[in-house]
Amino acid sequence: MSGITPQEIKQEFLKSKMGIAGVAILTILVATSIITMIVIPVETFQEWNNPGSWILYPKVAIPIWVNMFMIEKIPEHQILENPNIQTISQEEIFLTSHQFGVNFDYDYFPNDFIYVFSSEYIGSPLLKMSAIRPDGVKLELLSTSLPYSNPKTIHSERIFSTDKAVKKNLSLQSEKFQFSLDRLSSEDIVFSKIQTNEPLKGNYIFSVDLYGVNSENQIHESKLIIGGKAFGIMGTDELRRDLAVGLLWGTPLALFIGIVVSISSVIMGLLYGVYAGFKGKKIDETMMRFNDVIYALPALPFLIILSVTISNSIFLMIGFLMIFGWVGIAKVARSMSLQIKTRGYVDAANMMGQKDSKIIFKHILPQLLPYAFASIAISVPAAITTEAGLSFLGLGDPSFPTWGQILHDANTFGAAARGLWWWIMPPGIMIAITGLAFVFIGNALDAIVNPKLKR
Amino acid sequence: MKKYVVTRMATMFGVLMITLLITISLVGSNMDTILKQGIVFQVRAEITENPAIAESFSSVEEFESFVQAQIDQRTKILGLDEPWYSPQRIGITMYKILLLDFGHATFLTSDEGSSNVKDILFEKLPRTVLLFTTATIIISIIGIFLGALSSSKVGSIIDRITSSFAIISSSFPVWWIGILMIFLFAFTYQIFPARATPDIPSSDPGYMGSLLYHMALPLITIVIIGFGSWAYLVRNFMVGIMQEDFIMAKKTIGISQKKIIYTHALKNAAPPIVTILALSLSGSLGGAIITEAVFDWPGMGRLYFEAITVMDLPVIIGATYLLTVFFLISIFITDLLYGYFDPRVRTGQ
Repeated sequence: MSGITPQEIKQEFLKSKMGIAGVAILTILVATSIITMIVIPVETFQEWNNPGSWILYPKVAIPIWVNMFMIEKIPEHQILENPNIQTISQEEIFLTSHQFGVNFDYDYFPNDFIYVFSSEYIGSPLLKMSAIRPDGVKLELLSTSLPYSNPKTIHSERIFSTDKAVKKNLSLQSEKFQFSLDRLSSEDIVFSKIQTNEPLKGNYIFSVDLYGVNSENQIHESKLIIGGKAFGIMGTDELRRDLAVGLLWGTPLALFIGIVVSISSVIMGLLYGVYAGFKGKKIDETMMRFNDVIYALPALPFLIILSVTISNSIFLMIGFLMIFGWVGIAKVARSMSLQIKTRGYVDAANMMGQKDSKIIFKHILPQLLPYAFASIAISVPAAITTEAGLSFLGLGDPSFPTWGQILHDANTFGAAARGLWWWIMPPGIMIAITGLAFVFIGNALDAIVNPKLKR
Repeated sequence: MKKYVVTRMATMFGVLMITLLITISLVGSNMDTILKQGIVFQVRAEITENPAIAESFSSVEEFESFVQAQIDQRTKILGLDEPWYSPQRIGITMYKILLLDFGHATFLTSDEGSSNVKDILFEKLPRTVLLFTTATIIISIIGIFLGALSSSKVGSIIDRITSSFAIISSSFPVWWIGILMIFLFAFTYQIFPARATPDIPSSDPGYMGSLLYHMALPLITIVIIGFGSWAYLVRNFMVGIMQEDFIMAKKTIGISQKKIIYTHALKNAAPPIVTILALSLSGSLGGAIITEAVFDWPGMGRLYFEAITVMDLPVIIGATYLLTVFFLISIFITDLLYGYFDPRVRTGQ
């Protein structure tokens, strides 16, 4: 314990493969957090619990990269936002045409297709929607007039493939197909081969035409969504949320919780223990009895009661975790300071009449620093898993998408029973990796501080 | 030694009282609100059931004041007119709890339908003890042997695998592994049931068998996650002891390595191992909350979780009390063992 200089610790640490692996993982995690905080706007994670902001995303979509391992490709969810816009005027009739090119190269039918638009018009323009398929067949999907309005108005609408009008239009064109269209949904018809009801691969063009007698008719927002079963790097959950956003934002949150809890509890424990050990006698006795009391409190039940009765805010939770974190460290710090106290230079400083606080901070605490760093690293994973566990029970702060929170949602929606592995695996792996990084660093430091374990 | 035991016991009792006090003060105000609402509800219900009472009053004000008087009277009988933090009420509550009188649960019932908190708790407790004690014993047996084995060949493949498995397994949350195990062995390969609650009534003769079958998956999970760190701990103790002079001396005499490890070294590593065994036995009870919630194991942990979800305060207080008692007893035993094995502790040096 004594006589290790910071340089020696650094040297020894660099020799340990485990320590370096830990630092490497930690660096990656920190880099991820920083990139996340820069790239993904804070608003996204604040919108985490707002279903409205995820409406364009698919439900429980598998991650895209799964397709690489599949012989039969799963359709990806496509959100097309930049159509080719054409405006044609013929005498009094004005036509605004939005065309979306869809590359459909999958072995299953899409879930659905949705056209989202908002249009600015006068009168009652005619909206026509059609699809030109790779085999050249043109299917009329919809022909409807927008509600009449004399002053200029803005009209927003979503046209779903489940719309009865679309289905009716398609059944009117049933002679183009060589099989019965009864009981088939619109997307299964539009994306089907002529001969059999199998997906037809190739480039589709969806065009939306707005006919009006006024040139000022415009479509402002125009989005075509081909609803797929695969989306994003991490897929989505039952509430259509992009899990990648949750997982990425979970990283800085977990690091924050873990590091703040461990650093503050180690500092608390260190000061408490050293003071008790240094003072000795009655003060030591009283302080250690109090320590025993906290030590004997069952932590998890109390954390649960605290979060239910007081508040489940993430910052208070950090405080609660600290209450139970410092106890063990205080015990060790006390026994260490008891040893250091008997050394000659502490006696000398005492005799020279130095203040207690100065002796503690100048002569005793520096000796304990290596141990302190090791315990900080070792106690981070416990803080992270405890928070994750509380969140998993549904007692966490719902406004932050922590990994435990994601797992809680997964459990609520029965992800295990439904085989939604991409909802269960990544959060747990992230918790484990983060824990592992700190355990590696902690163990490497511990081996240096307690050379007996090495050999 | 006697003085040491007495001091420890006094401390433990003090801790128990403090725990109770904290629990009561945390849930006390909520409890009062719920009880008072209960009274109001009860009074109103009685009046609606008996229309004659309402008809006997001439004016609305008179009727309302009668209702209020009824409510006040009952509040006073239950002692709710005083705030929960009045010393008298806290004293009575704590005295009752000490005698294991937790009152009646607000929502939860035992399997037999009793709403007495004591019945509920003592129905669930054996199941938790069954699962976690079995798990801890299996873990410690595997751990001690694996630890002794790897300490005898420090740096060997076995040693490295044990150490790295210990480190890796300790950073996974048990409950997450639990979800994975359910995912794999209950749904993907349907070997074990997903819910650990047996589906036949407890009076059925096949109940024990069913319970054990349902226990398999949680048991395997806890053991998988637990034995690594045990082996690692035992290994570290042993490595420490193997460097002691008396072991070196035995080596030079020519006693075989195997004999040294399994008789002399293991004997000397016993005190810390026993200590950890006692601590992890009780620690597992507290940690059971999440694990039991995941596996739906009908023990104390799940009861606690259910009680928290519906805010069933008498059950929360009762369960916390019981958990604390178990925790304290095991700490107490640990302390005694420590004092027994290491005389320095007793004299406070």
